[in-house]
Amino acid sequence: MTVSLILNRKRVTLDVDPSVPLLWAIRECAGLTGTKYGCGIAQCGACTVHLEGRAVRSCVTPVSAAAGKAVTTIEGVAGAAALAVQHAWEKLDVVQCGYCQPGQIMSAIALLEQTPVPTDDQIDAAMSGNICRCGTYVRIRAAIHDAASIHKG
Amino acid sequence: MSSGSQSAAPGRRRFLKACSSATGGLVLGFWLPQRSGRFAAAQIGAEQRAFTPNAFVRVAPDNTVTIISKHCEAGQGIHTGLATILAEELDADWAQIRVEPAPADRALYKNLQFGDQGTGGSNSIPNSWEQYRRAGATARAMLMSAAAKKWNVAESELVADRGAIKHELSARQARFGELAQAAALLPVPAEVTLKSPKNFKLIGAVRLPRIDGKPKTLGTAVFASDISLPGMLTAAVERPLRFGAAVRGFDPAAAKTAAGVTDVVQLSTGVAVVAKSFSAARRGRDLLRIDWDESKAETCSTPELIAEYRALLAQPGAIARRDGDCALALARAARTLSADFEYPYLAHVPMEPASTVVRLSADQCDIWTGDWGISEIQDDTARATGLKPEQIIIHSVYGGGGFGRVGNVSEAVEIAKAIGGRAPVKLLWTREQDIQTGAFRPMYLHRLTAGLDEQGNLIAWQHRIVGQSVLGGDPSWLVDGVDITSVAGASNIPYDIPNILVDLHTPASGVPVTQWRSVGDSHTAFSVETFLDDVAHAAGKDPYQFRLELLSKDPRSKAILQLTAPAPMRPSLFAKFPRDRQVMQLAAEKAGWGGPLPPGRGRGLAVHYSFHASLAYVAEVTVASDGSVKVDRVVCAVECGIAINPDVIRAQVEGGVAFGLGAILYSTVTLKQGRVEQSNFSDYRVLRMNEMPKVEVHIVDSEEPPSGIGEPTVPPIGPAVSNAIFAATGKRVRTLPLSTAV
Repeated sequence: MTVSLILNRKRVTLDVDPSVPLLWAIRECAGLTGTKYGCGIAQCGACTVHLEGRAVRSCVTPVSAAAGKAVTTIEGVAGAAALAVQHAWEKLDVVQCGYCQPGQIMSAIALLEQTPVPTDDQIDAAMSGNICRCGTYVRIRAAIHDAASIHKG
Repeated sequence: MSSGSQSAAPGRRRFLKACSSATGGLVLGFWLPQRSGRFAAAQIGAEQRAFTPNAFVRVAPDNTVTIISKHCEAGQGIHTGLATILAEELDADWAQIRVEPAPADRALYKNLQFGDQGTGGSNSIPNSWEQYRRAGATARAMLMSAAAKKWNVAESELVADRGAIKHELSARQARFGELAQAAALLPVPAEVTLKSPKNFKLIGAVRLPRIDGKPKTLGTAVFASDISLPGMLTAAVERPLRFGAAVRGFDPAAAKTAAGVTDVVQLSTGVAVVAKSFSAARRGRDLLRIDWDESKAETCSTPELIAEYRALLAQPGAIARRDGDCALALARAARTLSADFEYPYLAHVPMEPASTVVRLSADQCDIWTGDWGISEIQDDTARATGLKPEQIIIHSVYGGGGFGRVGNVSEAVEIAKAIGGRAPVKLLWTREQDIQTGAFRPMYLHRLTAGLDEQGNLIAWQHRIVGQSVLGGDPSWLVDGVDITSVAGASNIPYDIPNILVDLHTPASGVPVTQWRSVGDSHTAFSVETFLDDVAHAAGKDPYQFRLELLSKDPRSKAILQLTAPAPMRPSLFAKFPRDRQVMQLAAEKAGWGGPLPPGRGRGLAVHYSFHASLAYVAEVTVASDGSVKVDRVVCAVECGIAINPDVIRAQVEGGVAFGLGAILYSTVTLKQGRVEQSNFSDYRVLRMNEMPKVEVHIVDSEEPPSGIGEPTVPPIGPAVSNAIFAATGKRVRTLPLSTAV
C-alpha cells in the first residue's frame, strides 16, 4: 500500500499502511527523524508537524489523512516566521536536551504565522500542548516574543 | 567488573589511531599522576614518552579544535561546560570549538569521583575541572613551543589569543591549525601553568552559544531513536505490568502473521517482536498472547504501603544524625509540634522514551545510546554477549533528557543476541512502558517533631524517614544501616539546633527504584524547609529572620555525636560557612522579602544545600478562591563555585524550577495490586507552559572550585512554593502532590 503526499514541498510516495500514524511514516518511511515520538496520544507535542500549514500531532494523525496534502517537518520549515523563530531559539539558547524542541518550534512557527505578535496568554494557549521536561518554558516564551519582534519587522 | 587496565589499551589505541587518521593533526593528552598512578605504572613501556597521552583535545590543520567530552550530554550543558574549561586554558576561539562524545574507555575517560566512566551525581564539572584545564593548558604550551621553534624566538615573547599564537615584537602570528603538525612532534610537558581566574575570558563570559544549540534548533541533533543502519530491524517488547512477573509461556503465532514481523523472541524481561518498522513491531506485539507467572510478583497497593510505612514511623530507625539528647529535650520542651509527610513514587519521564540501537557480530558489539553509565553498559554487555569489554563499542549520542532515567540497553542486547546478530536492532519503549515498567523515585513517609522552649527557641528537631534505598545492588555505600542518599538534606541540616535526631527505616519492596534528579534532597528539603516555617510560625517569628538566627554558626564547629555517612562524603556534608546564609540573604533582598502583597498572594522562602551548591528560592504565589495555585515568580540565588557558563547555570535553575514544581504540584505514581495506575502524560502530569512562573536567577560571585548545578536546582522549589501557599492561606499540605489535596 502506498500514500502520496507533499512532504517539505516535494511530492513523495511512501510505501506504508494508510492507518500508520503520520509520525512513523515520516520517521521510518521518509527517513526524516527531526519529528519525535514522545507519548503517542497527542499529549506532549514532540511530534508536531504542519499539515496544510496547521500544527498537528502526527502521532495520532493517520498518514492517510495527509494524502495529497502538504506536510512540513522541522527539516523543511521556511519563511519569515520560521527564520525568526529559529534565530531567536539560537540567540536565547532555548534548548537543553533538545528532544522536544522540533515540536516546540513547529508549534511556535504555526503560532506566529497565525498571530504575528502573540500575548503571553496566546503563547500559553498555543504552547501548553508541548511538554518540555528540561523546563525550557521561560526561554521558549522569551524566544517567541523575540521572534515576534523580528518577524513583524 | 573488569579492571580498567584490561579494557584500556585497545581502546586508547583505537582512539588515537582514529584521531590521527581522521585529521593528521595534533592529538594532545596529559597525565594526572596524582590520580591514576597505578595505571601509569602498568601501561607505560620504556620506549614510550614519560607521560601517557590521554586525549581530550585535537587540533586539526583546518583550525578546528575538537574537545572530547567524557560526560554525556542530555541537556545539562556539559559539552558546552567542558569545552569552555578546556578552551579557556587553550586560549581558543569559541568559533573553532567542536565537541565529540568520548568512546567507552574507562582508563582514559573515567569519572574521577566514580572510578568508572559515567555521568551523574552533578559531579561532571567538579571531577573534570582540573583535568580539562590541564588538558587545555598542555595543548597551549605545545602550540607555543611549536611557534617558538618555527620563528626561532623565545616562548616568553609569545602570547596565545583566540585561536592563534602571536609574536607581537615581529608582528607574526599563526593560527593553531597552522602549528598543529609541528606541535604533534613535541614532547608533552610535565608541568603546565594554569591561568589565574582573573584572566579568564571564556569562563564566566555572559553568554557563549551552547555547543548543541544549532543542531537541536534545526532538528538535526541525533538521539538513539534516530539512528538508522543498513538492514536494521526494530523491536517492540511486551513487559510484565506487575514487577517481578515472568513469562511462563507465550503464543507467537498471531504476532508472526503481522506484516513486517520477522522474529518473536523470549527475553528475561518479557517477549520481543522484531519487525521491519516500529509500527509493524507494535502491531505484532499487540497480537502476542503471553501467560505471565505472577507467583513472585509484587502485588502491593499504595494505601497498604502507606499503612506499612506509617507503622514504621512509630519505631526508632537506624540513626543518621544525633546531636545532644533529642528525646530529653522534647520531653522538657515548653511546646512541641509534629507533622507527617507523604511523598509518592515518581517517574522520570524524559521526553525521549528509552531507545537503543545494537549491532552485534561475532567479535564486536556496537551500541548507540544516550544513557550515562558507560562503563556499566560496557561491562554488562560483555557479560551478556561473552565478548571482552573492549569489544563493546559505545556510540554515545545525545540523551533526550536524563534525570536518572532508566534505559533499555540490556534488553536491546538480549534481542540482538536472540536473533543471532542477523541484523542491527533498534529497541523503542513506549511512553506507557517508560512510566509503568521503569524504576521510580521511591515513595517516602517522614515524621518531624520539634520542641520549643519558653522563649520560642528551637531546642529539639527529630526527623524520621521511611523509604526504599536506591542503592539496589550496591550496598557498599550503606553505613550502619543508613543509605546516605535517603537522608541527604535531612541529616546534614545546617541549622543551629542543640538537639537533633535523624533516623531511617529502609523497607524492602518489589517495586524497582532508582535515582531521580536530586535524589534524597528531592523529598528531605520539602520536609525540613516547610516544617521549619511551621516552627517559625509557632514561635511567632518571620521565617527569614528565624533562619538567619539558625544559620549564624558554622555547622562544622558544632559537637555532632553521630553523622552517618560514607567517608568520602564527610568533608562536604555542609556548605562552606556562611554560603547558605549568603544565598538566603541575596534571594530575600532580590525578592523584596517582607514587602506588601495583595490578598490571596503569598511569598515563601527555602534554602537548601545539595551536591556542593547552595541555593535559596523565594516563590510568590496567587491562590484563587477555588484553592487553585498559580506560581507567579521565583527569585533564585545560587552559589555553585566559579560560574563556568552563567547562562547554562541560569538555564538549569529555570529548568530545575519547572521540574520540581511539576512534581510537587501534579506528579504521582500509585500502585493497585502491584500495577502502576498511571500510563502517560494524561495521568502522570508534569508542568506545562501555562503553569511556568517567571524565574529570576542571581549567581553569587565565587572563587571556589565549581560544583555541578543539574540536581541542586530542584529541592528548594517545592518548599518555597508550599511556604508561599501557607503565607497566602494559612493552610499546609504535606501529602504530595499538592493537587490531590487542593
